[in-house]
Amino acid sequence: MAKERAKAPRIGLSKTPTGIQGLDEIIGGGLPTGRPTLICGAAGCGKTLFATEFLVRGATQYNEPGVFMSFEETTEELTENVASLGFDLDHLVASKLLLLDYVRVERSEIQDTGEYDLEGLFIRLEYAIDSIGARRVVLDTIESLFSGLPNPLILRAELRRLFRWLKDKGMTTIITGEKGENSLTRQGLEEYVSDCVIFLDHRVTDQLSTRRMRVVKYRGSTHGTNEYPFLIEDQGISVLPITSIGLNHPITTRRISTGIPRLDTMFSGKGYFKGGSILLSGTAGTGKTSVAASFIQAACRRSERCIFFSFEESQLQIVRNMSSIGIDLEPWVKKGLLRFYAERPSVYGLETHLMTMYRKIIEFKPAVVVVDPITNFIHAGDPLDVKSMLTRLIDFLKMNQITTLFTTLTSSGKDLEQSEVDVSSLADTWLLLRSIEIGGERNRGLYILKSRGMAHSNQIREFLLTDHGITLLDVYFGAAGVLTGSARLAQESMEKEAELVHQQEVTFRKINLGCKQKAVEAQIAALHAELEAASAEMKKLSDQEKEREKRLARERDAIVRMRKADRNPEGGKRK
Amino acid sequence: MKQPAPSEKNAKGPREIWDLRLYVAGQTPKSIEALVNLKTLCEGHLKGQYRIEVIDLMKNPQLAKGDQILAIPTLVRKLPEPIKKIIGDLSNTERVLVGLDIKSRA
Repeated sequence: MAKERAKAPRIGLSKTPTGIQGLDEIIGGGLPTGRPTLICGAAGCGKTLFATEFLVRGATQYNEPGVFMSFEETTEELTENVASLGFDLDHLVASKLLLLDYVRVERSEIQDTGEYDLEGLFIRLEYAIDSIGARRVVLDTIESLFSGLPNPLILRAELRRLFRWLKDKGMTTIITGEKGENSLTRQGLEEYVSDCVIFLDHRVTDQLSTRRMRVVKYRGSTHGTNEYPFLIEDQGISVLPITSIGLNHPITTRRISTGIPRLDTMFSGKGYFKGGSILLSGTAGTGKTSVAASFIQAACRRSERCIFFSFEESQLQIVRNMSSIGIDLEPWVKKGLLRFYAERPSVYGLETHLMTMYRKIIEFKPAVVVVDPITNFIHAGDPLDVKSMLTRLIDFLKMNQITTLFTTLTSSGKDLEQSEVDVSSLADTWLLLRSIEIGGERNRGLYILKSRGMAHSNQIREFLLTDHGITLLDVYFGAAGVLTGSARLAQESMEKEAELVHQQEVTFRKINLGCKQKAVEAQIAALHAELEAASAEMKKLSDQEKEREKRLARERDAIVRMRKADRNPEGGKRK
Repeated sequence: MKQPAPSEKNAKGPREIWDLRLYVAGQTPKSIEALVNLKTLCEGHLKGQYRIEVIDLMKNPQLAKGDQILAIPTLVRKLPEPIKKIIGDLSNTERVLVGLDIKSRA
C-alpha cells in the first residue's frame, strides 16, 4: 500500500515523520525537515491537537525533543486538554523531551512607543530549544501576536525573520493559523510559510460533522491532493488515505461456504469467492440478516474471524433473533472470533463511519465482514457520498482479501433489481431476496442475480427460516405458475394424491392382468393334458394296428401251412 | 546595572517608588537609545522616585519568560501596580508618559 511509498528513499528533501497515523503516507514520509509547516483551519478543527501530537510522537517515537510555544492556552490548560487523548505532557516535560512555553500577550497592558523587534521572543525560543536540544517546534497560534502587539508592519517583518531563523536553526516547525475570510489564515501567514501548508476542516453537513484534511501545498514533494477525512480519537489523530486505491486487488479462486448448503449448491457447490463482495438485497423482512448470520456462522466454524457491522440492530438483538432460527452466535463472540459493532448511522458523518470501520478492521483482521444494512447510510450523507464511501470500503476490503457481505434494503415499490445506493456494480455476487405473494400469503424467495466468474443456478428457490437455520427449497413451477408456501404444499399434496391414485390403479391392473395370465396358463395346461391324451391314444391305435397286422400275417401263414399247398415262391410273391 | 534614585532620601512623606525594568538584547543601538530616552524621561518627571533595572536577555535568556517578554526593548513598570508594558525604543515621550501613567499623576 501507500506505506511502501512512504518508505522509499527520497532524494533532495528530507522528511520528518509526524507519527500521526496515516498522515505520513499522504505526504510521502513526513513534514519537510528543518522547515516550517503551516497548519491552518477554522476554530475547533484540531490545529492545536495536530501540533501537539506532532511533538508528542516526535518525543516518544523518534526521539526528537520539541518545544511547544503556546500563545493561546496556558501550559496547564494544554496539558489537561490533551491528557484525554492519552498524551502525558507532564511526563514528557519531566524527561526533558518536551518544553511548554506559554506566551501571554495582553494588548491592554502594552503601549508602544516606537520601533521594536521580537528579539525577546527569539531569545526565549532559542533558550527553550537549547535547553532540551529540540528538533521540533510548534508555534500555536502565532497570529495572536497581531492582536497583542502594535505595528503590524514590524510584526510581519519580524515573523518573516523568525521563520527564516527557525529554518537556519534546522527546526522542523509547525505554525498554526486561524482560517481567514478569503485567505488560508487571517494574517496571511501562508505568504511566509511557503514550504508546506496543510488545511484542516471541520464540516457539518446535515448535522453530522466530518473532519477533513488537505495538503494545500508541499514544495519539493509529491503529496496526495485529496481531502482526507481524519478522526480525533482516544489515541490522537488518525488519517487514512482512503481514496479508492485502484483496481489491482489480489484475487483468488478459493471459495468459501455460504453457510447454507443448498445455496452452496447454487454456486456450483462451492459458495462465494474468498475476498469477494456479496450484495444481498431485498425488501423488508425477506431474511437478509439471517442469510448474513448463516454466512458468519459458517465462517466462525472454520475458525475465521468476523466483524458484524450492524446499523440497525444491537448486538444482543441480533444474537437473540438469530438464535430463534437456530443460529447461535453467542459462543463465537465469547470465543473471540466474532465481533459486533453496532451503531446508528446518524451518529457520525460517513467519513467518520468509514474510518471507524477501517480501524476496527485493521485492529481485528477479520476474514469476513458483514455490513447490515448499507442502505441506512443514506441518512448520513447523500447518495453520491454513500457510493463513494462504499467503493472505498469495498476496495479496502478487497485489498485485504476480506470477504464482505452487504445487505441492502429495497423499498417496496421500487425496482427490485436496482440497489438503493446503486452499489450493484461493486458487488461480485448479488443475491436477491424477495417476497412472493400467492394465495393470500407472503413467502420468501431467493435467487442469484449475478455471480461473477462462477457458474451459478438460475433458479428461484423458496427460502425457509426454520428453527435449525435456513433451508432452501425448490419452488413449484408448473402449469399453474410459480407456487410457494402453502400453495406449493397444496399443490404438492394434490400431486401426491394423484400419484397415489395412479399407483393404486396400476396395482389393481397388475393384479387383474396377473389373474388373466394365470387363467390362460391354466387353459394352456389343460390343453397340454388333452394333447398328451390324444397322442397317447394315437400311439395306442398304431400299436394295435401293428399288432393286428402281425397277427393277420401269422394267421395267413398258418392257413398256408394247413393247406400244404405247393410252394410257389413266385405265386407267393405275386400276391 | 541598578540605578537607585539619588534623591530618594530627600523625599517628603510616603512617595511612590517607580520600579522600572528595561529588557534589552545586547547593546544594540535600539536598546541604548531606549535606555537613554528612559533616563531622560525619568529625570524629567520622576526625579528621585524611580528605580531602573536593565535586563540583558542575551545574558539571562531565562528571564524572558517571567515578564512575558517578546518585543525588545520592553519597559516593564513593576511598581506601582498594575504592571504596565511599554515596547519600542521609547522615542515617543508622550506615549511613554501615558503608558507609564505618569502624566496624570504628575
